[in-house]
Amino acid sequence: MRAEATVEGLGHLAGVAGRARPLVLAEDRLLPVAAPLDAMLPGGGLRRGTTVVVERGVSLLLAILAAPTSSGRWGAVVGLPDLGLAAAHEAGVELGRLALVPDPGAQWAAVTAALIDAIDVIAVRPPPRLREADARRLAARARERGAVLVPVGSWIEGAEVRLRIEAGEWRGLAAGHGHLQRRVAEVVATGRGAAARGQRRSCWLPGPSGRMEALEPEVAGAVGEVEEASPVLDWAGVG
Amino acid sequence: MTRTLAVWCPDWPVVAARRPSSAPVAIVFANRVVACSAAARADGVVPGLRRREAQSRCPDVEILSRDPASEARSFEPVVAAVAAFTPRVEVHDPGICAFATRGPSRYFGGDGPLAAQVVATVDAALPPGAPGCQVGVADGPFAARLAARGAGSGSGSGSGSGDGSPRRGRWQVVPPGRSRTWLAPLPVSCLDQPDLADLWLRLGIRTLGDLAALPAPDVLSRFGPEGAAAFRLAGGIDAAPLAATDPPPDLVVQAELDPPAQRVDTAAFVAKGLADDLLERLHARGLACTRVLIEVETEHGESLSRLWRHEGALTAPAMAERARSQLEGWLATGATTAGITLVRLVPDEVGPDDGRQLGFWGGSAAADALAGRALARVQGLLGPAGVVTAVPDGGRGPGERIRVVPWGEPREPVCAGAQRTGRAMRGTQVEEPPWPGQVPAPSPALVHDPPLPAAVFDRAGRPVRVSARGELSADPASLSIGGLAGRAGGANGADDEVAAWAGPWTAEERWWDPRAHRRRARLQVVTGAGTALLLVLEGGCWMVEATYD
Repeated sequence: MRAEATVEGLGHLAGVAGRARPLVLAEDRLLPVAAPLDAMLPGGGLRRGTTVVVERGVSLLLAILAAPTSSGRWGAVVGLPDLGLAAAHEAGVELGRLALVPDPGAQWAAVTAALIDAIDVIAVRPPPRLREADARRLAARARERGAVLVPVGSWIEGAEVRLRIEAGEWRGLAAGHGHLQRRVAEVVATGRGAAARGQRRSCWLPGPSGRMEALEPEVAGAVGEVEEASPVLDWAGVG
Repeated sequence: MTRTLAVWCPDWPVVAARRPSSAPVAIVFANRVVACSAAARADGVVPGLRRREAQSRCPDVEILSRDPASEARSFEPVVAAVAAFTPRVEVHDPGICAFATRGPSRYFGGDGPLAAQVVATVDAALPPGAPGCQVGVADGPFAARLAARGAGSGSGSGSGSGDGSPRRGRWQVVPPGRSRTWLAPLPVSCLDQPDLADLWLRLGIRTLGDLAALPAPDVLSRFGPEGAAAFRLAGGIDAAPLAATDPPPDLVVQAELDPPAQRVDTAAFVAKGLADDLLERLHARGLACTRVLIEVETEHGESLSRLWRHEGALTAPAMAERARSQLEGWLATGATTAGITLVRLVPDEVGPDDGRQLGFWGGSAAADALAGRALARVQGLLGPAGVVTAVPDGGRGPGERIRVVPWGEPREPVCAGAQRTGRAMRGTQVEEPPWPGQVPAPSPALVHDPPLPAAVFDRAGRPVRVSARGELSADPASLSIGGLAGRAGGANGADDEVAAWAGPWTAEERWWDPRAHRRRARLQVVTGAGTALLLVLEGGCWMVEATYD
């Protein structure tokens, strides 16, 4: 008798917990991002409804898109006809969940607005003459719909986070031999609110696996030198 | 046995080629004459001759190559004319069709009057200058076809002449139950088994009667299944029933709008009703539509149409949504200048509805449907090719390793290796076929299309070239890039010094095809400013193919 009562009580408890649960938990409002980047974003992920500007470095955009698309969310890229999709594939972006609108033309704002309604992460390269009203409207729409807007290039003031690759140093290529293998990139994050403090971090972008990876300071120098010294057979040698 | 009427249009390949029977024409396939016109036949051209032989017998013969598609297409009016008698018509070959006569011959008062009617109707449908058709009625399609072919010669019982026709017998009726005796005197060559017929002739079996007189088990053991089938035909037993299919269902739905719709939602509402109607019809037949053509006509006579395709089957809401997006897109881009008077949905690609299995895990189907609708809306604005998705593919350059397909079309890898394993879609590791000369990973994040013109110089300031053996003329020391300024890659004055480089990776592609042949050499370069570039040399010009941004 007593055991049954406990089971029943537990059932009640679960019901109460469900009622007491806040409508939207903070983690539901957060999209995952890959490891070294999460430390640079306020809250440790892409907060839904925010605007994250990638000022410089398309590799950063790919690193942002990788985790959401591979965990079942949708991504879209508007107005980047020169996006390296092979690199996106290597960076871990699930191409089946990435819609591309290479050339939206004059309708870029309408297209982006339509995508914000349903897609989780929308990367957009605004036209050279970006109208501030358009930008504000899109940012407001993203906030309302809970999408993450990722403008690439210049964007108006007021974005929550701004990311850029400040400097990069490629490893693996020497005078006449080797090939590009990895890059130590210095990523700078600025922004407002929780991100106002600003961060500067070095990481592999892309790393040995093609994805963004954290840089271990003690190994970093040694790895770079070793790999630079090992030549890679060129095509003639391979035959 | 099914009482069958066969219609035979003589020399159909010649008729389909739009040549009159009075002109000497021979249709050739694989260097052999397969059909010829009456004029050519008069000069001694017969099917089976070599082309050269036909030309020697009839020097002014016109030789045409066979076009089965055109033959089938031009036979369609004849089939339509025959279908006026009964809708279930079997097309045996372009030029020969048949139907079961049970109902029609009762209606027209017997096989003879029916045959006369069919001759008159089909002759009216034939193009001018074509030889008239011939009709045969017998038990079973085989005997009926032979009766039709034999009708022109005027032999056999029950043959009659068409009214007022200059030709003698245009139709021939073999009385019911007499097919076997009627077939008996015909030569074995009419069985269309050239190898067996040759053997039979050498064995002294010259007519179908001789063949039918043999004991059945011996025929099977000596001549195999093909011989047994021929034996049954010769005995007047036509086992194969008439493969008459129902006429293709008319699945096109359309609605005329009166008064014309001035607003998108009015027209979209009509389109939704049409989509529901269409899907109901498709469902009743167990069919699913994977491609639909949306057509719209306006008051000003503009006719707009666009094909929509979906990997899975289109459901009624999806179709209505696409119609709405399309209408919105047309109105937004100013393609329509007046009210919409007609909306039509044409199912373009229809297949059996084998259902769709959704993933078992993950309840994101609602979000996926939402995303699909938003993308369909964008496709309505920009056209179906405006939204694309990328499929990993084989190739050497960074731009070639990805193929883009319009959103909604099946994402199948075309490269042979991926097809062999067939797993590229599921994200598992696929063994890629080798691409010698491929630039190693990581791939560049920016692929310039078109590539930016560049120039590469050695230490002495001479242009760097790549020899036929794939060797650089000198180490690259500096480069200049045109058109990079203003790009996201960012170029400044320091971009003219080469700090590190590797290569060249040469690729000689499609050397077997003179038009698609490409010879390229690629070079990885890190400039003094730290920018990594992929340079490509083609036709003596260096270009920046991609930036490792």
